[in-house]
Amino acid sequence: MIGQGFKNFFDKQRPKFEKGGKLHTFHSVFEGFETFLYVSDATTKKGSHVRDYIDLKRTMIFVVLALVPTMLFGMYNIGYQHFAAIGALAETTFMQVFIYGFLRVLPVIIVSYGVGLGIEFAFAQIKGHEIHEGFLVSGLLIPLVLPIDTPLWMTAIAVAFSVIIAKEAFGGTGMNIWNPALIARAFLFFAYPSHMSGDSVWIRLGTDADKVVDGFSGATPLGLALNGILDYNIWDAFWGFIPGSIGETSSFAILLGAAFLIITGIGSWKIMLSTVLGALFTGALINVFAVNPFMEIPFWHHLFLGGFMFGAVFMTTDPVSASQTAKGKWIYGFLIGVLAIVIRVLNPAFPEGVMLAILLMNTFAPLIDHYVVQGNVRRRLKRVSVKV
Amino acid sequence: MSDKETLFSKKNLRLLTDPLGSKNPITVQVLGICSALAVTAQLKPSVVMAISVVAVMGFSNVIVSLLRNTIPNRIRIIVQLVIVASLVILVDQILKAYIYDVSKQLSVFVGLIITNCIIMGRLEAFALGNKPGPSFLDGIGNAAGYGLILVIVGFFRELLGAGTIWGLQIIPEGFYNFGYVNNGLMVLSPMALITVGIIIWVQRYRNTELVEENK
Repeated sequence: MIGQGFKNFFDKQRPKFEKGGKLHTFHSVFEGFETFLYVSDATTKKGSHVRDYIDLKRTMIFVVLALVPTMLFGMYNIGYQHFAAIGALAETTFMQVFIYGFLRVLPVIIVSYGVGLGIEFAFAQIKGHEIHEGFLVSGLLIPLVLPIDTPLWMTAIAVAFSVIIAKEAFGGTGMNIWNPALIARAFLFFAYPSHMSGDSVWIRLGTDADKVVDGFSGATPLGLALNGILDYNIWDAFWGFIPGSIGETSSFAILLGAAFLIITGIGSWKIMLSTVLGALFTGALINVFAVNPFMEIPFWHHLFLGGFMFGAVFMTTDPVSASQTAKGKWIYGFLIGVLAIVIRVLNPAFPEGVMLAILLMNTFAPLIDHYVVQGNVRRRLKRVSVKV
Repeated sequence: MSDKETLFSKKNLRLLTDPLGSKNPITVQVLGICSALAVTAQLKPSVVMAISVVAVMGFSNVIVSLLRNTIPNRIRIIVQLVIVASLVILVDQILKAYIYDVSKQLSVFVGLIITNCIIMGRLEAFALGNKPGPSFLDGIGNAAGYGLILVIVGFFRELLGAGTIWGLQIIPEGFYNFGYVNNGLMVLSPMALITVGIIIWVQRYRNTELVEENK
């Protein structure tokens, strides 16, 4: 068995990394790779503990798996948008389209993981703890929320910023207040606005920039709708054949991931559902009081436009930065939905309100939890017969 | 303090040097943050602001120290405010007369030196109870500690946010042709706060005595 071979290899290497071994400096790297492949055999010495095969690393792997449909479709859509822009869709095959996108998206993913894991390894060595696995997910989320034309060095800086400032400064994985992937995106959005919004960043034209067809705009449907031009087919938006960030376009692929997350119990359906409800509620309310074409678009279209679905499924449910209590999750999700649509529709400066809404509610998640817990304490105190 | 003690004794010199490091008003006491965020988008206003605060603080400490035995305790804050405000107006007028462009850039923040908590803090904590000599050193020292952080933050914000230092292009044109873009976030004030945070982080990493105990 190859698996057993690997295991023997790890067992043989272990003494070198233990205290006193000559490679002890790299012990956290060793442990990181070992537990990546195998369940740790270390047992708890005190107290009783329920041992489950599902630890943080496997939780993270499940989220990565849930992201795979979105990622694959994102790759295909990058190629699709490219060939559609130059009017060459008819004479290209499915594989050509996919491979074009694959080759454009792959470097972004490599840069994201390379920089992020490099910093995580470095911090683990300096602080002498194990490598935290939180970046396994962030490393894939970050490329998926970026426009394809984001320069790689910008991606690298944003990843470094998010890992160092949004995570390590707060104490590493599990201690961060905000979703690191969204911090990376917000950093880029405010630092390099011309590369994160507008008409020319969503479709990779490359060397074919002079071949674009007549009437090509390159703007996202949401960006156009903001200017009052309602030129999209909502089913294209649902399946994902629209320009946008790499992974955010296909609501269908995202919903596949959502189903996987809910079935495996990794992602909270309460948060996802309440976020959607919040958006529908606000969308309907805005429909009623609409004064311009953008406010008049049917409220449920908002779910499939822009990054809403991606945010609602993968960003809001981050277990670290979201609310923890059951009631808190409903409030947290609902407010994200409400704020996302409010920012999107009513503030013309930020067509993508989902990112800001989630970051804002990340900030308030502990407060929501606090009041939910306090409310529960008060209710139960009323029931006790003995005076406290 | 004995009368024989010279102005530049070891103890008095520490009044001057401590605020630059282990007793820094911004990074250790976390005072005067507002102006540190507001004026540090470029190096030039940061330096001018730093010098202005040094002047105001040095003189207000001396004046309050000279008057310390005559100021009635109950109205001391008002007296201190009057002294600081007069000095600030003086500085403001000088800036307007000699470097009008920077004065315009700093806008209200020169006037707001009056409300800088470092100044009131030092007046209350030091000048009211010490002789003019040491008070002067304490004022200069704390203002310099404040100014030092301002200059560091201003340096990085201007370099990364505009590619310039003191208005001169530092990052070569070739970089921009290769696709380098100035970081717009550096110009916004949140990044000033984050830069101060990074300075605090680095300082505590080097000087572990500053790290609070984990309760």
